[in-house]
Amino acid sequence: MQDDSVRKEGEGAPKKHPTPLLDELESGPWPSFVSGLKRLRDNADARYAPMMNDLLGQLEHSYENRLGYWKGGTVSVFGYGGGVIPRFSEVADKYPASKEFHTLRIQPPAGMHYTTDLLRKMCDVWEKHGSGLIAFHGQSGDIMFQGCSTESVQPAFDEFNEMGLDLGGAGPALRTSMSCVGHARCEMSCYDEVKAHRTVINEFLDEMHRPALPYKFKFKFSGCGNDCVNAIHRADFAVIGTWRDAMKVNQDEVKAYVEKVGRKYMIDSVITRCPTRALSLNDDDTLDVDNKSCVRCMHCLNVMTKALSPGDDRGASILIGGKRALKVGDLMGTMIIPFFKLDTDEDFEKLVAFARNLLEFFADNALEHERIGETLDRIGLPAFLEAIGVDPDPNMVNHPRTSCYVRTDDFTDEAEKYFERKAREAGLTVASE
Amino acid sequence: MSSAPALRRPDETGVPDPFPFMHPLLKKNYGNWDWHDRLRPGVLHHVAKSGDEVWTVRAGTQRQMDVFTVRKLCDIADAFAEGHVRFTTRSNIEFMLSDVAKVEPLIAELNRHGFPVGGTGNSVSMISHTQGWLHCDIPGTDASGVVKSLMDMMHQEFVREEMPNRVRITTSCCQINCGGQGDISINVQYTKPPKINHDLVSKVCERPAVVARCPVAAIRPALVDGKPSLEVDEQKCVCCGACYPPCPPMQINGADSTKIAVWVGGKHANARSKPSFHKLVVANLPNNPPRWPEVEEVVKKILYAYKDNAKDWERMGEWIERIGWPRFFELTGFAFTKHHLDTWAGARKTMNMSAHVHF
Repeated sequence: MQDDSVRKEGEGAPKKHPTPLLDELESGPWPSFVSGLKRLRDNADARYAPMMNDLLGQLEHSYENRLGYWKGGTVSVFGYGGGVIPRFSEVADKYPASKEFHTLRIQPPAGMHYTTDLLRKMCDVWEKHGSGLIAFHGQSGDIMFQGCSTESVQPAFDEFNEMGLDLGGAGPALRTSMSCVGHARCEMSCYDEVKAHRTVINEFLDEMHRPALPYKFKFKFSGCGNDCVNAIHRADFAVIGTWRDAMKVNQDEVKAYVEKVGRKYMIDSVITRCPTRALSLNDDDTLDVDNKSCVRCMHCLNVMTKALSPGDDRGASILIGGKRALKVGDLMGTMIIPFFKLDTDEDFEKLVAFARNLLEFFADNALEHERIGETLDRIGLPAFLEAIGVDPDPNMVNHPRTSCYVRTDDFTDEAEKYFERKAREAGLTVASE
Repeated sequence: MSSAPALRRPDETGVPDPFPFMHPLLKKNYGNWDWHDRLRPGVLHHVAKSGDEVWTVRAGTQRQMDVFTVRKLCDIADAFAEGHVRFTTRSNIEFMLSDVAKVEPLIAELNRHGFPVGGTGNSVSMISHTQGWLHCDIPGTDASGVVKSLMDMMHQEFVREEMPNRVRITTSCCQINCGGQGDISINVQYTKPPKINHDLVSKVCERPAVVARCPVAAIRPALVDGKPSLEVDEQKCVCCGACYPPCPPMQINGADSTKIAVWVGGKHANARSKPSFHKLVVANLPNNPPRWPEVEEVVKKILYAYKDNAKDWERMGEWIERIGWPRFFELTGFAFTKHHLDTWAGARKTMNMSAHVHF
């Protein structure tokens, strides 16, 4: 039980809440968040010290009772409808100084690059207006400035905004996005992730700052199939780098690699791990690649970083509809655009146009609290493709349908369209035109 | 009457341009990298087509950082890394160095201040981390505490690269699963239907929206003691907690009924096999702060069964795919129960529709 007398004013600094359970999380080799919370509590001159004392008290209370004690509400900044996560304590009578403990979600620079100058300025603002507690980063990719009273939300945001930072997304809205390190420090990167990330998201800030979509919508940008920002699982709109031409092979480096690791390891760990059997080791320890069978999975490139690299005709695949459990169960993003060239400014404008198309479809057709992957399941892929103006492609499926319950009386017309499309792609003249 | 002070209109600037903050070598060679290798666990070495080289030292953090920790990391970056850092998806911090001679002194300095260096290559990286009791409005547990406890246990696997392939672990404090898919996922699993405070339902819940939220149509409007409320068909209820966020009087958490389940075989990368979802291994573990020893024990068993038995480059799920689930349960010593048989939409596709059997 907490001693209520510690709360009385005029008795000097409030006594520290005992935290025997949390104290156990200060030992061990991993950095301790509890020690960090205590450093804030013990910074006696800071205006946030009492808040962090009560925060620790409430957290200890949670550890004792194995229950959470925060509830939501409505807090925002002038001009925006989202981006602040309101938290009001349900046990404020015991822990009054942290009765309001809101989070500001702030979008980081694309790729999460910082100067120490920027980080220090963020710390200064957050010491002035908030709790001094910052999470780098939330699962959507926001910097989370955690712990702010209702009245301090606006001045804190104003200072962040003056620094060139903007609020992220929350609620039924476009959410903060993430892009991998990509072009900045990775040879696997197949498109300019920073450009894609900023060009797309900054075009739709209205959807982020004034929530009006049926539910959340997330874009994520990964430069290759390694998908370091987990886009296929987590994003409604996943942009995954790939290439269309042959992968590049430096045969001298292949030989050097085989010499280093041995032929058995090369066969067991590279050649036979190719999911489409597209690799073969030649008798002279050079590599044969069947590029028509290769699916750009990245395994051999990951293992032989010096010998193998993506081809030159680079761009991205776009997968739609990834999400976690609520409410139909987990959905993986589904291949909708096998190859989207991302090179010129015009290509990036086309990406924005395609994104707008998807967002408009989502806004017009999704039910309340329905993610686009659920909409896709509800109406079926054929109707979804027709609505967004994309033609069917065998790369969209593991295999064609196995169920015969489908009406096919226009099959011949559809086949005709397919052959016309193929002819156009090949640069041939189509008879009907 | 005095007029209210004018409110400042936001500059709707969106995603900040990273180039003013990016390390000069990264900026200079943007889009022109050639290859990379790893100097030692925790240190990446990238070579640009220009011939420039950059060494990246990766360190673990507690993610929820106080300003003193952030400033300490800034001091270190100023002294060794020309004042630039970046963060990974999994809350590790990276220092980019233009001089290989600074690598070892930087590692020593990071270690001196308690930051482990690692998380690269075939290691256990930082656990993807959700909010929990510290800040969430619907949490069943505290991610920060679970992550701290597990990373203490796996510290040596973070600072070394001795796993068959990378191990990506996730936590989630409720069944919405903000933590996502992982090689090992430690997720809250509720075990009892919501307890309803009928005095509050009609005051704070939009009842039709709550009815619509239920994935198994177990909620219906009802008059309880003359008050408009909601009732739950407990035979149908799968205890997912989906009704709780839109209707807090439908409390899903209970000190003893909120349990932890551990899942394996989720994978984000497309390398070799396609991305995959994680699968249930153990449920009903106690939610036991401050260190969750029962969860730690289960994770340890799974992690070391994988480490001892998987081939190079097999991720957790790929290893199990090869040896089969019977062998997995045998090697780890966990029970296989009726609860491992999927009952959700598409469940038949998870069944073995063949005569392929592992003995």
